[in-house]
Amino acid sequence: MNLVYKALGHRLFWPLAMLVVLLAVNVIAVPGFLSITVNSEGHLFGSLIDIVRNGAPTLIIAVGMTLVIATRGIDLSVGSMCAIAGALACSIILASPTPNDVGTVTVAVLLSLALALVLGVWNGFLVAVLGIQPIIATLILMTAGRGIAMLITEGQILTVNSAPFKFIGSGFLAGIPVATIVAAVVLALVALLTRRTALGMLIESVGINPEASRQAGVRARGLLFTVYALSAVLAAVAGLILTSNQTAADSNNTGWLIELDAILAVVLGGTSLNGGRYSLTGTLVGALVIQTLITTVYTVGIPPIATMVFKAAVVVAVTLLQSSRVSSALARRRSRGRRAETVGSAAEAVAR
Amino acid sequence: MPDSAATRAGTPGAGPDPVVEMTDISISFPGVKALDGVGFRMFPGEVHSLMGENGAGKSTLIKALTGVYGVDAGEIRLAGEKVRFHNPAQAQAAGISTVYQEVNLLGNLTVAENVMLGREPRRLGGIDWRAMRRRAAEILEGLHLDIDPGSLLNSHSLAVQQLVAIARAIDVQAKVLILDEPTSSLDVEEVAELFRVIRSLKERGVAILFVSHFLDQVYEISDRLTVLRNGQFVGEYLTEELLRIDLVQAMIGRELSTLEEIGTKVHSADRDTSQDATPVTFLAAKAVGRKGAIAPTDLTIGAGEVVGLAGLLGSGRTELARLVGGVDRTDTGQLTVNGSPLRLRTPRQAIKHRIVYSSENRRAEGIVDELSVRDNIVLALQADRGWFRPIPRKRQDELAASYIEALNIKTPHADALVKNLSGGNQQKVLLARWLAIAPRLLILDEPTRGIDVGAKAEIQKLVYSLAENGMSVLFISAELEEVLRLSHRIVVLRDRRKVADLPNDALRVDDLLAVIAEGASEPELETGAAS
Repeated sequence: MNLVYKALGHRLFWPLAMLVVLLAVNVIAVPGFLSITVNSEGHLFGSLIDIVRNGAPTLIIAVGMTLVIATRGIDLSVGSMCAIAGALACSIILASPTPNDVGTVTVAVLLSLALALVLGVWNGFLVAVLGIQPIIATLILMTAGRGIAMLITEGQILTVNSAPFKFIGSGFLAGIPVATIVAAVVLALVALLTRRTALGMLIESVGINPEASRQAGVRARGLLFTVYALSAVLAAVAGLILTSNQTAADSNNTGWLIELDAILAVVLGGTSLNGGRYSLTGTLVGALVIQTLITTVYTVGIPPIATMVFKAAVVVAVTLLQSSRVSSALARRRSRGRRAETVGSAAEAVAR
Repeated sequence: MPDSAATRAGTPGAGPDPVVEMTDISISFPGVKALDGVGFRMFPGEVHSLMGENGAGKSTLIKALTGVYGVDAGEIRLAGEKVRFHNPAQAQAAGISTVYQEVNLLGNLTVAENVMLGREPRRLGGIDWRAMRRRAAEILEGLHLDIDPGSLLNSHSLAVQQLVAIARAIDVQAKVLILDEPTSSLDVEEVAELFRVIRSLKERGVAILFVSHFLDQVYEISDRLTVLRNGQFVGEYLTEELLRIDLVQAMIGRELSTLEEIGTKVHSADRDTSQDATPVTFLAAKAVGRKGAIAPTDLTIGAGEVVGLAGLLGSGRTELARLVGGVDRTDTGQLTVNGSPLRLRTPRQAIKHRIVYSSENRRAEGIVDELSVRDNIVLALQADRGWFRPIPRKRQDELAASYIEALNIKTPHADALVKNLSGGNQQKVLLARWLAIAPRLLILDEPTRGIDVGAKAEIQKLVYSLAENGMSVLFISAELEEVLRLSHRIVVLRDRRKVADLPNDALRVDDLLAVIAEGASEPELETGAAS
């Protein structure tokens, strides 16, 4: 009994429960949903593999977003950052005489990440030095960013035909999708970076109480630069995966509204938008819930016009169940139930 | 002797029935029994002080009475009838009003709007502004308060805002008024004003629950005392029948030798230092000032010296301390540390020079409440090293364990969140954070405000032994006894400038009060500054 209450109280209980429910719905709709097979090329194959592959870009962005949100900030520019990174990489590859050369693709990828780093530092400058509210500061690049991508591609959709570039988004390594591996590596590296150094603790400290942290000698400015730069670079990584998957840089559509999915993943994972304590594990669960939700829409056959409403309904349900007010109301009900139980058994005892 | 449990004093035989009667109240939180079968009652027209150390269960009892917490066992009777409140609004509707330590009002609205907030008189679907102002004026007048209802709340001092909060609370036909630490940020005159209001409420038959750490005030205003300790009822007493020493003993439950011991110790130390050569100057401030905060001021602090800053609230004590600690930037003047000039732009730079400012505002500027005790203790040290050079976990655990033991921090374990600790223990965690970086100058701004007698004694003792080991301390407290007990030298501020710099030999509270009130009229009082 106690264990049940403990589990119910855990931060990740409801998102995990939702994940299980969604998977169950899929299994009912498509009995073979959980099966993973190996196809003729030796690649793992199945709906679960699709979820961890297609969910990779959202997860990668959400990892960066988690740290930004932990500092009481938000980064709305990540979707545009995806488009910029994709646009730059594709235009470099197209301009090169050797698009199929691994060296060319490496240069294109590194330059895209470097540009994202610069833009992330710009976000950090606006927030940390000029003190602009994060939502406004990153709104600038959110709107201007797609324009920058458009300038890079000269208004065209750049289609690239490059095997090494295609590998990033749709390749397999040891049977596992490359995108999934990249996401796993990003998650592991950021977890190590923040929890093995003091970065995570200081970020939380600044997010919980900025003035107390300042008086304790914490340099919030450096931390803010770090998290916004990291967020932008991770957004670029996600953008390269998306672009590679489409084999085309589409300034208008690459990463469109992905910032909202990423923020949602963070919030579903139990990190508060008020900053402070964060959980990368929670963000992982949140991203998986979102991607499973998108998959469910297809497997269950919900009409496309109702997709957004369905998605919204699930999100509302999870966030409600997570909210402290609802959970305390539930706890009250439970304790009332328990009291009724004990009264009942006492009455029984008397009757006997 | 107040040792026998469940003492009941002075039950009036034919007197009025209690307006509040709480019997056998128990409340548990995960891992702690916050209240264990506690009884408490209040009579109309009486001021009843709830006394106890931090963690004794005072706030929990108040929250049980006001419906913030549900009770696990026991019953609450209001005017004889059994009640059960599920939220504070129900308690308020039943006539129990609360004024919390922090003023919970809206500074950008007028006094009238604040007094009438949430129950504005209506007319034609809108607010009847004239009726509102009239009603607010009546309420203020009823309390003999001369405050313009049309003025903005922000334009008044904290003390006046506190009185407005009381005016707001008692408008709701209150039978019971709860004042939780109402005086912690008020000066002497303001407290007198507050007490005048409390007395006029008493005459109207309101029962007042008063919580304060100032024993003087408790004895001045209360008729009856209830003492709690570790979540248990110790006794109920009539104030006039209980000696102070017995009260303190009931509260802390041990022999009260510690406080007196420190007293004699420090005073003997005083004599030593004043006879020996003057200490080597550690920090010297020359004409250090900041516009709107404090006029250019000279200040010297010797190595191993405790310098007290005395003055009324708003005299510039905190402002001067913040300049020395690098928390605010100076406009004028020059700081010198160990003979070399120094410019402090941030607290970080001050910490690099082992100068530390511990804020009076523990919640807002001190602790990081959602981090663990361990993280809070290592925070400054870790920030100083930079995030890429983490303190090894083992070392962190050692640091936390040693400070938890040395400062007697009451926490279940080092991983507990600081927000779950009592005020006194939070203060000790904050002190541990500063001590962990081995400061050479520790600036303590009201380190003992709002914490219990036991913790207070421990902190005073600590300050004393730190100074004995060569650390310089700049000590601020609103309690002059405390400043006198600990300081070798006392700098007095008034109206944002320094008025005296006095060596602490045989100074008495009355002397100090005179200087604070009158300033240093005789030139020899300034001699201390010359050294």
